[in-house]
Amino acid sequence: MNSGVVTLFKLAVLAGLMLFPAIGSSFYVELVAKILVMAIFAMSLALLVGFTGLVSLGHAAYFGIAAYTVALIAPEYEAANLWFVLAASVLAAGAAAFFVGLFVLRTKGIYFIMVTLAFAQMAYYIFHDTALGRSSDGIYLNVKPDASLFGWTPFSLDDPAQLYYFILAAMAAVFVLLSFVLRSPFGRVLAGIHSNEHRMKSLGYATFRYKLAAFTLAGALAGVAGFLYAVLFGFVTPEYLSWHQSGNVLLMVILGGLGSLAGAVAGAFAFIGLQEMFSDWTKHWQLLMGLVIVAAVLFMPTGLAGLPRRIFRTVNWGEDDE
Amino acid sequence: MSEAMLVADRLTRHFGGLTANLEVCITLERGKLHALLGPNGAGKSTCINMLSGDLPPSAGRILLEGQDVTGLDSAERSHRGIGRSYQRTNIFPQFTVLENCRLAAQSRRPRPWRIFTDAMKTRDTVERARAAIVEAGLGGREQRKAGLLSHGEQRQLEIAMVLATDARVLLLDEPLAGMGSEESAQMVELLRELKQNRAILLVEHDMDAVFAVADTITVMVEGSVLESGPPEQIRNSEEVQAAYLGEEEHG
Repeated sequence: MNSGVVTLFKLAVLAGLMLFPAIGSSFYVELVAKILVMAIFAMSLALLVGFTGLVSLGHAAYFGIAAYTVALIAPEYEAANLWFVLAASVLAAGAAAFFVGLFVLRTKGIYFIMVTLAFAQMAYYIFHDTALGRSSDGIYLNVKPDASLFGWTPFSLDDPAQLYYFILAAMAAVFVLLSFVLRSPFGRVLAGIHSNEHRMKSLGYATFRYKLAAFTLAGALAGVAGFLYAVLFGFVTPEYLSWHQSGNVLLMVILGGLGSLAGAVAGAFAFIGLQEMFSDWTKHWQLLMGLVIVAAVLFMPTGLAGLPRRIFRTVNWGEDDE
Repeated sequence: MSEAMLVADRLTRHFGGLTANLEVCITLERGKLHALLGPNGAGKSTCINMLSGDLPPSAGRILLEGQDVTGLDSAERSHRGIGRSYQRTNIFPQFTVLENCRLAAQSRRPRPWRIFTDAMKTRDTVERARAAIVEAGLGGREQRKAGLLSHGEQRQLEIAMVLATDARVLLLDEPLAGMGSEESAQMVELLRELKQNRAILLVEHDMDAVFAVADTITVMVEGSVLESGPPEQIRNSEEVQAAYLGEEEHG
């Protein structure tokens, strides 16, 4: 399968997503917008888990911190400036990740998983139990931010279709940004750390700094997702920071296939799509989801991202490339 | 004319109650290959680990061109010009040979903020990597996956990666381990070329190879230096023969 076919496929998916509001009902437009937000979240975690080899089980903290930032700084009955609250939320999430990274990146393996979880639980309880989170039930974001820029208003997030396109553009931008990062000298160092951190050190790389930069970037991008989620649903709750949320996004990355950005996006679609479908059938939808995850790990070790290649190989369609 | 590059000054390392190295002194000179011999458990690995920065010494100093580098970690020492290859092959198996060496070269030209630059197209790192690959005798294998190379080629790749960091002091931990006789002969030839303008420490079990290329040999036994001198002196030393051969019979 050559890269031209892959690019064509990605562009076709993008075109489909762009046309979707014209054909989908408002329920489905909101659902796909939610999936796109989670795709950003999953890509941000994929940078750590799939590309750097850092399995974080507390990634929801940065998602939730950004969501709370916009809810807390936006005025109660009037629109905040979109660009200001977006920047503030992403900065807050990135700063939190930088601070946490200073501590957790000194650990490895199972300890890293545990301390990322521990910090996320601390963040959860800060918003759940202290005055900062106002109420354990959450906070409403009554008015969507206003996109005006020096008096010019390019779009309005009050319109569901325009909100959808804003989220789609953000998803595409994060995808493109991470694609560049991964092939840059910085991204190659992350790949080297994933493969053999000890050797990277002996080659002269201060690996801690690179991991801290990756952790901060991943936190900031999770913040983009958390911000968009808060704006999309007009509501934030401590559950955004809960370990369920951290686990769900990790499952999206695994379902999509480690080491693939497109896989992370596909994983978000599959996970939320199945969640919707199963919860329509039964309130014990988590049982079904569990079965799907087990089956996926057993029978699809390369995830959804590895699927096209395997299908191509089975039907012997197109050229054999290995 | 000899010029001291790396000096180990009374290096000592304890592991709990065990003294793995006791006041070990070694001097590496430019243009010279210094071999470190000794039976298993003599402390050779501990010594090379202290020199490379993988292990902090309990006492003693390490001087690189007169500057104290004892407190620097392995990454910092790499930047000062000390490069190390490992006894157990330590490469990036999923990457191509070229990318293994390009990453090594990139450590000298890091550009971490250039996130819109394609790393594979940074010409200086690619050129440095290609030159190191050719120097280590792997020319033509650039696009092969490192994990698919033969064992001997992986040993060569280890050295190519060190060369790509522009190291002036090479610490080579058993580069001939597990090699066939033809591959060994090639590696000995490579070592001769490499020492021209560098200082090399060679930890090696292959006696024929050591006596063929070493300018100085240090023999360690039970964590201490037993004797150090030119190959003829070591070959004829009764003390070395007694200690070394005696140990070999047990082990």
